[in-house]
Amino acid sequence: MIDYLSRRILYAIPILIGVNLLTFALFFVVNSPDDIARMHLGHRHVTQEQIDFWKTERGYHKPLLYNAEQTGFSKVSDTIFFDKSVRLFAFDFGRSDSGRDIAHDISQRMWPSLAIAVPTLLIGLLVNITFALVMVFFRATYVDFWSVILCVVLMSISALFYIIGGQYLVAKLLKLVPISGYAVGTSAIKFVILPVLIGVLSGIGAGSRWYRTIFLEEASKDYVTTARAKGLGDFYILFRHILPNALIPILTGVVVILPLLFMGSLIIESFFGIPGLGSYTIDAIAREDFAIVRAMVFLGSFLYIIGLLLTDISYTLVDPRVRLE
Amino acid sequence: MIKPVVLLTDAFFFVLIGLFVAYLFYARSRPHLRLIWVKFFRNRVAIIATIFLISYFVVALLDSLHFHEPLNRSDPQGKMVYSNEVVSVLDKLLWRLRTQSEKTYSAPFATHAYVKEISIEENITRQYYPPLIYGGSHLTHPEQKSADILASIAQGAGLGLFAFIIIYLAVCGWHAHRYKRPLLQVVSQLARGQTDLPWRVAFATLMFLMVIVAAVARLSLDYHVLGTDKIGEDVLYQAIKSIRTGVLIGTLTTLIMLPFALILGISAGYFLGKIDDLIQYLYTTLNSIPGVLLVAAAVLMLHLYMDQHAEEFNNLTKRSDLRLLFLCAILGITSWTGLCRLLRAETLKVKSMNYIEAAQVLAIPKMSVLMRHVLPNVMHIVFITIALDFSGLVLAETVLSYINIGVDPTMHSWGNMINSARLEMARDPVVWWPLIAAMIFLFGLVLCANLFADGVRDAFDPRSVEAKA
Repeated sequence: MIDYLSRRILYAIPILIGVNLLTFALFFVVNSPDDIARMHLGHRHVTQEQIDFWKTERGYHKPLLYNAEQTGFSKVSDTIFFDKSVRLFAFDFGRSDSGRDIAHDISQRMWPSLAIAVPTLLIGLLVNITFALVMVFFRATYVDFWSVILCVVLMSISALFYIIGGQYLVAKLLKLVPISGYAVGTSAIKFVILPVLIGVLSGIGAGSRWYRTIFLEEASKDYVTTARAKGLGDFYILFRHILPNALIPILTGVVVILPLLFMGSLIIESFFGIPGLGSYTIDAIAREDFAIVRAMVFLGSFLYIIGLLLTDISYTLVDPRVRLE
Repeated sequence: MIKPVVLLTDAFFFVLIGLFVAYLFYARSRPHLRLIWVKFFRNRVAIIATIFLISYFVVALLDSLHFHEPLNRSDPQGKMVYSNEVVSVLDKLLWRLRTQSEKTYSAPFATHAYVKEISIEENITRQYYPPLIYGGSHLTHPEQKSADILASIAQGAGLGLFAFIIIYLAVCGWHAHRYKRPLLQVVSQLARGQTDLPWRVAFATLMFLMVIVAAVARLSLDYHVLGTDKIGEDVLYQAIKSIRTGVLIGTLTTLIMLPFALILGISAGYFLGKIDDLIQYLYTTLNSIPGVLLVAAAVLMLHLYMDQHAEEFNNLTKRSDLRLLFLCAILGITSWTGLCRLLRAETLKVKSMNYIEAAQVLAIPKMSVLMRHVLPNVMHIVFITIALDFSGLVLAETVLSYINIGVDPTMHSWGNMINSARLEMARDPVVWWPLIAAMIFLFGLVLCANLFADGVRDAFDPRSVEAKA
């Protein structure tokens, strides 16, 4: 187990390095720091001094990969690559282009993101599995047929429509909850309800259809036929035989996204004015703050790799047939 | 004479359609492929979805035939002078919608503007709703409106029905002529649904579509069926123009990513070893970057690059076209990994089959084995993935446009429409029609694509055959 884990962790390192190199190339090689500076200072009529000042202030004045003016290790470490990319490995995110401490922002904004993402995931899981179970229980009947059609219709509606429609109906017409905003502590609930509701609703179509497929696949296996031949009831088979076995792919699918919950949902947060990491990213994209986008790319990839690792572990925990070699 | 222009995305789209038509002809001559499509068309839902999807594609194709219009004068050398503006065949067909702009917002079927205007006559300030320039301008009394609308609908629907009957009879006549059967028998057999494939469903869908389109076309001569937007542009026109953007994003992305996914996926699964390690590393790395962020980062860099090299992108049409193509490329780079992984797994499965072993024993060159034995046997995965990805990509465009990293803001797209509609929803009274219009057209395309994809999956997936047998 430990041997396997350490091998997996070692395998994750080259992937992170790859992500790092890719983002570095994307952000610094495609466009030079001069271009970035000029864009932030307003495209035209910018003097070279202003650009140099802007770059020095943010540490973009150093050479990209190799600093010939320094000696020893500083030849490599006193560069943009080392400062902006290598330091990410130590979770040293540095400062954003507007001068704020990114690590501090992330630690602050993580919680509102979780306040939305965790309930959305849990409630969504419950609703989707229940709906999928109903469809499987009534499989090959009109209930199943029309439920599948309903799922396809639900998943064909743009998430934006759920959000705009939900905000308009619940918040503006019925005035049940505030349209957007956030508060700390228990008063956050009234701000959280609507985003969670919409998050769940927009996921029902794709989610329950996917779970239905898993359940159906499980239902076509031999042990189900055996159980039926023994004379067990449909209900009993569904809950005692199919459900536990089908939960394995469902759970492992959930585990992958668990770490990513920290990142929040981009559009829901931004529409509802939730000060989480999702809206943080969107704002950074809108302001073209590359330092933040870079940090989020790295953080996102890191969390995804953690997720993959957790998936492997969870396989062994829930399914005794799987052994890690 | 007009001067045709082929934009980059147009060229790609033509290639795509050409490939598809070539495939259809190829599939027609191969019994096993033909069987799959016959199975596909036995599915009624799939037929309805296909017909709607085809109509979306036809609109996109018409909108991709671009040209410069000649101006009615010649330059000193006696050559024709062409307008700088690039228009499409669709623009010409919809010239009324395109040119009949109002001043600002007006509701669907309105005869008066949505916003009050202030006029000062003889020092008395008066607020009033000004009548529209085009919408319902032929009416002498506003009370006639509902009767006039009904009459227009009836007229349009009647025309649509008439056109449909002509097509229906023409198809039946062709069939009767070809198979030397009495026309009346063919007509009645089709109408009673006594055909091998559900042709009746197809014709019913076509009739529905033609009647609706004809009625809306007739109405749009006199009214703004879906209202007008802030600058008075017809919303129906915007929604129709957006079809091309949506369809292109859904298809070009796949076209761009397909070579990568095919070559890398199959070679990883077939050659294994070092090549496999490398390719797996490549797609795990790309896959681990959250998709939206990678798209955002790449698009931001493109914006910056375009800003720095503004002189090369001074043509508005070319610029938005290039941005669309680049967006497709970026989306392709982020989405090829899924297909690549599937193809690798399928190739591994195919590789262990006896016929591959036989081919290897016969010392058939590797390239031949790959092209003739492996590729055809993994193609079903490609078709299923293309169909399944399409709807997701169309939806992704709306979200990306909302974050301002989608298509060019000057380009017609549902994402841009929804994006600008956000603020209109906060107005009082609410301007709801641009949002609803974009949503209906978007929903129609995505729903059809999803149903079509389900049909393709059922027909192409070999597992579904076994399950039913």
